[in-house]
Amino acid sequence: MEYIGNTEADNKQMLTEIGVSSASELWSDIPQDKIVTQPLGLPAGLSELELRKHLRNLSDRNVNVEDYACFLGAGAYDHYIPSTVPVITKRPEFYTAYTPYQPEISQGTLQSIFEYQSLICNLTGLDVANASLYDGATALYEAAHLACDHTQRRKIIVSRALHPEYRQVLKTYFSDAGIDIEEIGCAQGTTDLGELRQKINDQVAAVLVQQPNFFGCLEEVEELATLVHEHKALFIVDVYPVSLGLLKRPGNYAADIVVGEGQSLGLPVSFGGPYLGIFSCRKELMRKMPGRVVGETVDNQGRRAYVLTLQTREQHIRREKASSNICSNEALCALAACVHLSSLGARGLKAAATASVIGAHRLADGLKDLPGWRLNFTAPFFNEFVATAPVEADDLNKQLLKHKIIGGLNLGRLYPELPQSVLFCVTEKRGPEEIENLLNILREIKQ
Amino acid sequence: MEKSIFAYQSEPTEYIKSGDSGAIEALIPERFLQRQEPDLPQATEQDVIRHFSRLAGLNYSVDTGFYPLGSCTMKYNPKINEAVADLPGLAGVHPYQDEKSIQGVLELAYGLEQFLLAVSGFQGLTLQPAAGAHGEITGILLIKAYHRLASKKEKRRIILVPDTAHGTNPATAALAGYEVRQVKSDEAGDIDLADLKQNLSPEVAALMLTNPNTLGLFEKNILQVSKMVHEAGALLYGDGANFNALLGLVKPADLGFDVMHFNLHKTFSTPHGGGGPGAGAVGVVEKLIPFLPVPLVKKKGEKFYFDYKVKHSIGKVRSFYGNFLIAVRAYAYFLALGEEGIKKVGRQSILNANYLLRKLKDVYEWPYRRSCMHEFVITPKTGWQVNTLDIAKRIIDYGYHPPTIYFPLIVHEAMMIEPTETETKNTLDEFSAALLSIAQEAQTTPELLKKAPVNSPVGRLDEARAARQLILKYEKAR
Amino acid sequence: MVPAELKYSESHEWVKQEGNTVIIGITDYAQEELGDIVFVEVPKPGRELKQKESFGVAESVKAVSDLFSPVSGKVVAVNEELSKTPELVNKEPYTGGWIIKVELSQAGELSGLMSAEQYEKLIKEGH
Repeated sequence: MEYIGNTEADNKQMLTEIGVSSASELWSDIPQDKIVTQPLGLPAGLSELELRKHLRNLSDRNVNVEDYACFLGAGAYDHYIPSTVPVITKRPEFYTAYTPYQPEISQGTLQSIFEYQSLICNLTGLDVANASLYDGATALYEAAHLACDHTQRRKIIVSRALHPEYRQVLKTYFSDAGIDIEEIGCAQGTTDLGELRQKINDQVAAVLVQQPNFFGCLEEVEELATLVHEHKALFIVDVYPVSLGLLKRPGNYAADIVVGEGQSLGLPVSFGGPYLGIFSCRKELMRKMPGRVVGETVDNQGRRAYVLTLQTREQHIRREKASSNICSNEALCALAACVHLSSLGARGLKAAATASVIGAHRLADGLKDLPGWRLNFTAPFFNEFVATAPVEADDLNKQLLKHKIIGGLNLGRLYPELPQSVLFCVTEKRGPEEIENLLNILREIKQ
Repeated sequence: MEKSIFAYQSEPTEYIKSGDSGAIEALIPERFLQRQEPDLPQATEQDVIRHFSRLAGLNYSVDTGFYPLGSCTMKYNPKINEAVADLPGLAGVHPYQDEKSIQGVLELAYGLEQFLLAVSGFQGLTLQPAAGAHGEITGILLIKAYHRLASKKEKRRIILVPDTAHGTNPATAALAGYEVRQVKSDEAGDIDLADLKQNLSPEVAALMLTNPNTLGLFEKNILQVSKMVHEAGALLYGDGANFNALLGLVKPADLGFDVMHFNLHKTFSTPHGGGGPGAGAVGVVEKLIPFLPVPLVKKKGEKFYFDYKVKHSIGKVRSFYGNFLIAVRAYAYFLALGEEGIKKVGRQSILNANYLLRKLKDVYEWPYRRSCMHEFVITPKTGWQVNTLDIAKRIIDYGYHPPTIYFPLIVHEAMMIEPTETETKNTLDEFSAALLSIAQEAQTTPELLKKAPVNSPVGRLDEARAARQLILKYEKAR
Repeated sequence: MVPAELKYSESHEWVKQEGNTVIIGITDYAQEELGDIVFVEVPKPGRELKQKESFGVAESVKAVSDLFSPVSGKVVAVNEELSKTPELVNKEPYTGGWIIKVELSQAGELSGLMSAEQYEKLIKEGH
């Protein structure tokens, strides 16, 4: 199956008009001995019917969150997506358009991004938001990069209770770049304030924490913010946007930059992507912000309209002096988040957050009474928590799969100090009967 | 002008039961809780759907018409790709599931890697980068790690980019901590060999090259360039944004590239989404494999698994494994076209571009008078009382998306046109007729162009006002 | 077009001497080349500048231009109006659109700058 509409006759006529006898004359600049003559080794093309069957086959070989009850989170969350979201994101006018470089015929994309920026600002309580970055991890990196640039300092402090993969991404980007990364340990599941107090000084550009943190625990963000600001460093908070249906807005506790993984706002778990990097900051940092931004203006007849703005920060104008190298971002994912939040409204978002918190506490309460199980931490938590199992986490999860349950994350691999520990997650999609069922099965699994 | 989503005053539909919100206070201490609800829209489902459907109607897209945006490869996005990306066993897989429960997903990722290697000639690959520029930084970090291991003493601190390069190239090199030096183009539009020679030194880590370059020309001295770069101990980075021209025709590794990013959203038909998500796979030659990000997808017997033991891995450039559902679409594209179909892509894209160029080259200024590859650059003739922006805006009135304008920077008033292989001769005929008619208008009734567009949802925008007043979010008070 | 009483730099700044301080702005030619100016980044008063050092940027919608100090000295004032109305640089480049005031540390540098006549010649040649 090819998506080429020209016939052989069309091609022949085109060649005649160009004035060449064969198409190969058109690529005579290519070294002739480098032109592919051997087969590439690709399979023969499939019809659409065959293709669909093949993909269906591959799909059927994966356990998935539609058919199984998922208690796995850790940065990717199985929340309910209103049926409005895919209806809009599958509109070809949205998904087959390019970046809105020609605003006169891109108002749909531009206005939806403007509304997305507004929603993110309202959720985080910060002044400005960009049109999206790749994911939560790269958004965190961009925030740290901005902080170093803004403060002209070359050290960042990262909580060990921040997503391990995010910390790994920071290390990759900052390796050999003259930026020191220092990690701060945890006490009772949250960032160790005492250790931070010892390590922070006036060379630190920023302190990075996650709220709720990777273990699901709630950080004492107000105390953290005060300490960070005493040293004129920036306070960067990585948030789980669903939690902002209930939790204090980062702007209210003086966060300077708020980033987050936006997947939980209307995107399926998708084996890790495409996701959505949320980025918002205080107004003073706006001109160093990475990525695209949409602003409001008027057209030549005075009608309200939207356009990409603050473009002089970007790579296509400032080249090696740009604030970031990002070009394509995750615009369609931002649209999904925009439709998701517009559909749910404040009440719906709060409902999702509330049901998730109640479900997680129901599961935690049940677990701590099971023989051999204990909860690791005493800090308040949101919809994820850590429990130590009487058996190896991998064995446990293998057994759960047989019951059509996707168990929690085996934490031992990422945190050797937490052997046999499992990070459980509950969203509003898990009803009381599914939680009961999980507890009943766990009760049966013996050492 | 469409009203704001915040302007609705209807009752949001209940998607999730509210449950016992009073219970929260017993579970989460008050100091963490927000008293006031966030300011989100108040719109019922019907209002939400109408609002965003009306917004959709204000957009131009590949599915509504010809989109000859140079360097962006706006080819047709097959619908089957969208359908299979929604399959529950693909869209509904959690990234931290046990390997045994995701064999189909891993097989797909592995399969796509094999296809990309087959058409590029590279030996190793990662699907982790989320976009082209993200692939660039990944590739440059690989080069940096390679040089660091190769020699502790010598410090290669410079990256060369041609003056025709995409802005992402210098931005990427600077982001990775390199000093950026620009290499000139010669009169034929190729990289200037003398200037390249002058700039090469033991301090140069790499040359970042786009081939075909952004003038739409194949760098005809590519083998010489590659030789010079490698003799200086540097590596050759390929910006794969223009790979569509070469697909099925030439393998970049055979031209001497050591590492190249692919734009799956350009060459391999995945949609652009109004500015993403894309996907920026990176292919490398053998000696760079030990530096690739973790994990790699491997196969042992009939089983697929993640390999985290990559000796000198740069680590991770993103959470999880990249934009997987975009990879699904690219995989479907490869399977649909197969060996024979893939071989036609580059060839047909070159033929289509040359045909369109033939129609326009006598009427517009044609600065580089050579056969083009998949795209070409033309400009208004001197003496016309209009500029490229005016022509672009008038193209909108004729029902098309304008080409890329004012890029590459080395051509004054550039218009960069890329038709792609999926367009028919008929479409190209109609589009060229429109451009010829606009050229006529430029000389007889230039005010028509100055006023354009008039057939669009809004007219020309006051961009200076947007940048001065900076209204970046909806404010109720206004 | 080019005021006769001012001095000029090759990077298109103008200098007006007032005793031991100078006022610096960009020329009409420079603002015309940049187009609608939307933002001017200025240094903090008190900053010491060396001759030819970049002290800020002028941005239009789609271009950025570094601003270079034609003289060495201490920044003693910046044009606060520009934060609200950057278009003053377009409308009144030689008056209301001034950018900084500098207290000279090397008064001799002034004699090395171009006269109006020399500058006019420079822009005619299209630099």
